[in-house]
Amino acid sequence: MQGQINKNGELQHLLTIEGLSAAMLHHILDTAESFVSVTEREVKKVPLLRGKAIFNLFFEPSTRTRTTFEIAAKRLSADVINLNISASSQSKGETLLDTVNNLSAMHADMFIVRHAQSGAAHLIANHVAPEIHVINAGDGRHAHPTQALLDMYTIRHFKRDFHELRVAIIGDIMHSRVARSQIHALTTLGVPEVRVIAPKTLLPKGVEHLGVHSYHDMSKGLKDVDVLLMLRLQNERMQGALLPSAQEYFKYYGLTPEKLALAKPDAIVMHPGPMNRGIEIDSAVADGPQSVILPQVTFGIAVRMAVMSILAGS
Amino acid sequence: MKIHIKNGRLIDPKTHLDRKADIFVAAGKVAAIGAPPQNFTASHEIDASGLIVCPGLVDLSARLREPGYEYRATLESEMEAAIAGGITSLACPPDTDPPLDEPGLVEMLKYRAMNLNQAHVFPVGALTQGLLGENLTEMAELSDAGCVAFSHAEKPLDNALVMMRAMQYAATFNLPVWLRAQDASLSRIGVAHEGEVATRLGLPGIPTCAETIALSKILRLAEETGARVHICRISSAEGVEMIRQAKKQGLPVTCDVSANHIHLSEIDIGFFDSNCHLIPPLRSIRDRDALKRGLKDGTIDAVCSDHTPVDDDAKLLPFAEAEAGATGLELLLPLVLKWAEESKVPLVDALSRITSRPAEVLGIESGALSPGAAADLCIFAADAYWKIEPRSLKSQGKNTPFLGLEMKGRVKCTLVGGRIVYKANPS
Amino acid sequence: MELPQTRDVLEKLAKDIRIDLSADAVLVGIHTGGAWLAEELHRMLGLSTPLGMLDISFYRDDFERIGLHPEVKPSDIPFDVDGADILLVDDVLYTGRTVRAAINEIFDYGRPARIRLAVLVDRGGRELPIEARFTGIRLDLDENRMIDLLRTDAGGLELRLRPGN
Repeated sequence: MQGQINKNGELQHLLTIEGLSAAMLHHILDTAESFVSVTEREVKKVPLLRGKAIFNLFFEPSTRTRTTFEIAAKRLSADVINLNISASSQSKGETLLDTVNNLSAMHADMFIVRHAQSGAAHLIANHVAPEIHVINAGDGRHAHPTQALLDMYTIRHFKRDFHELRVAIIGDIMHSRVARSQIHALTTLGVPEVRVIAPKTLLPKGVEHLGVHSYHDMSKGLKDVDVLLMLRLQNERMQGALLPSAQEYFKYYGLTPEKLALAKPDAIVMHPGPMNRGIEIDSAVADGPQSVILPQVTFGIAVRMAVMSILAGS
Repeated sequence: MKIHIKNGRLIDPKTHLDRKADIFVAAGKVAAIGAPPQNFTASHEIDASGLIVCPGLVDLSARLREPGYEYRATLESEMEAAIAGGITSLACPPDTDPPLDEPGLVEMLKYRAMNLNQAHVFPVGALTQGLLGENLTEMAELSDAGCVAFSHAEKPLDNALVMMRAMQYAATFNLPVWLRAQDASLSRIGVAHEGEVATRLGLPGIPTCAETIALSKILRLAEETGARVHICRISSAEGVEMIRQAKKQGLPVTCDVSANHIHLSEIDIGFFDSNCHLIPPLRSIRDRDALKRGLKDGTIDAVCSDHTPVDDDAKLLPFAEAEAGATGLELLLPLVLKWAEESKVPLVDALSRITSRPAEVLGIESGALSPGAAADLCIFAADAYWKIEPRSLKSQGKNTPFLGLEMKGRVKCTLVGGRIVYKANPS
Repeated sequence: MELPQTRDVLEKLAKDIRIDLSADAVLVGIHTGGAWLAEELHRMLGLSTPLGMLDISFYRDDFERIGLHPEVKPSDIPFDVDGADILLVDDVLYTGRTVRAAINEIFDYGRPARIRLAVLVDRGGRELPIEARFTGIRLDLDENRMIDLLRTDAGGLELRLRPGN
């Protein structure tokens, strides 16, 4: 069962973008817009989730994502408890669900879950008490819905309308939960043309079934594109049987000013971070006028505040 | 014990018998069909009105979890499940702990099973020591100890030289080699069919070519060595076609499919249902349909339960970490009946895939109803519905993709060697 | 009960405010009725000071019960709140909880010199010690009656009385 929508049609958990309606996505983005104005004030905090206990449950280390959730929760006046559950404590015999049951007994209101295995957030959501909300902060290769939502927020902010856009996702689609969530979000919001660009070793089989066109050549794939979504190339993929070297990858798939020139002149460049400069993106592009990578980070907090308050209120 | 089973519909796939007749059992054997033998006084009567009487089922793969995994299931619990499922003979794969690579282990298992005095257990021996894919086991000795075939279970056997030597050696003693066709390097990290669903869910995939490449290696080596090869749990349309061609060319190859795979596809994984984490992976709908056709036209010889009891702790994990496998002994008959109904296969043919045909693969004299044959019988109600739920299963393994579903076909009574070993509670 | 003409109530409220409004006072309307009213007063009083708008959804005390309002609008305070003389504007004053939330929100922008409250209708039924400095009209309404402000297609404001839910 998917189970992220409760019987009143409200969002109980946020596990994946797949299956959410365009109206729901816009509702989240609209709510986030209100939070953006909050984050620009002197007191960047609202009392909405006062007294709520939000657990950051990170089974896979990620300081950056954890911090953005922590800031978002604190700006909603919630109490945040950070738990980094390393692989070693898991191997001591306590199962994932043991850990979750223990924390539930501490009267948690919300779990933010990051896990190396696809489906971990679903498993937890299917076994927590009904009053607890679960946000998937990244599960294996499967989904990273809040990242995709902040990307959609950024696109909407700079491009207003989704219905006439050409969007390209570039890089390691195969191993990327961000890409999967972006694809669902873009197609749901009505983007008529979503492209994925990568060498064949980094494209999962049948990716076209998700509603995208695949390209292997940047010069063709970037032509007339409005939005470029870059993906991070993990260190372990840069050599071996997937790719021969980081250098060759940069030469053919790294985003340089020359390659960016193939896209529309007002195209925007996004990246979920942390960036590998000189591997998937040239510094001249990352720091250039078309980069909206820093606004993405700002919007990310507001989007996470929106998701948390919508879930807590359902 | 002399038993008179009356008013039942007798189906014997081996002789193509399908008629309403009484059957008489004495001295552990079928004594007569139709009229009683002379001077027959039944000590026991079974009224089989509205029921089907057929040979006891033969299952080519059921993990009993002994030795080594007794916390998952025991011989006692799983043998109970087998007879409740109408299974009177079953082969168990060698991936126990330790693996069945020594005659002592095999003898112990046979002895334990014999003492339980329920279904017949046929151990399949390890093809290489420790299933490590390096050194051959003492196959001849193991065969003397009771192994009916030799396999590598789910353990990788990628070294073609070792595979060829193992086949040559098995062929020397005319011992059958049972193999799963899955290339290890192409499937090492995979947990689901490499296709639409795995891509959507972000699960590492096992491509179809992992099966076809391994299969082509096995078939060529079988041809080369003259070994009698049985392919276990075929999973893809391409694989079925390769077997079809091999059979056409006269290669003495047989093949089975798991009962799960003739009904389910990758779609059934839904959102990470770990009960659908199976080996081989559930493939596409096209593959599933090809398996059904292959089963119907005889390319696939038998359906097995691929019974693999897994405890809840090992299933309540993220999909990839959850242990593969499903309970199956009690589902084999209903799943085959479901296939027969959906694919419009006459009952007598459908039942042959779980009686006479697997008996031939095993090389045993079971799976028949003729007078003189061992009285291993299954009496079932083809139209009885029951719900698959943990408490309706005798197996210690309670996990199956079919949990919560209503199934048609329930065993009422099972006989092994002329003794009533199982009788369903009247309901 | 017959409602008086909304226009008359508005005129009266504007008149009261005009007498007592400092030159640098700023109007802040509470979304949505209060925001319309603030716009209207701003126009009627011919003010040139900036006009603010608050959506108090994030400050409501009934979030636990009813969750987040389905349409949250961003608050917009286009001036420095520190030391400001704020006239908070709402259409109907009832329990006082909305005004409480609005005051809380204003303080998250800074420390104003003064906050005063103007409402079109005071219908009684207070649950908090809050009173308006300027009131268009006082109405004694039954608990099961609702009164709210509507904006017509032509842009005019109209008080409406209806059975409560």
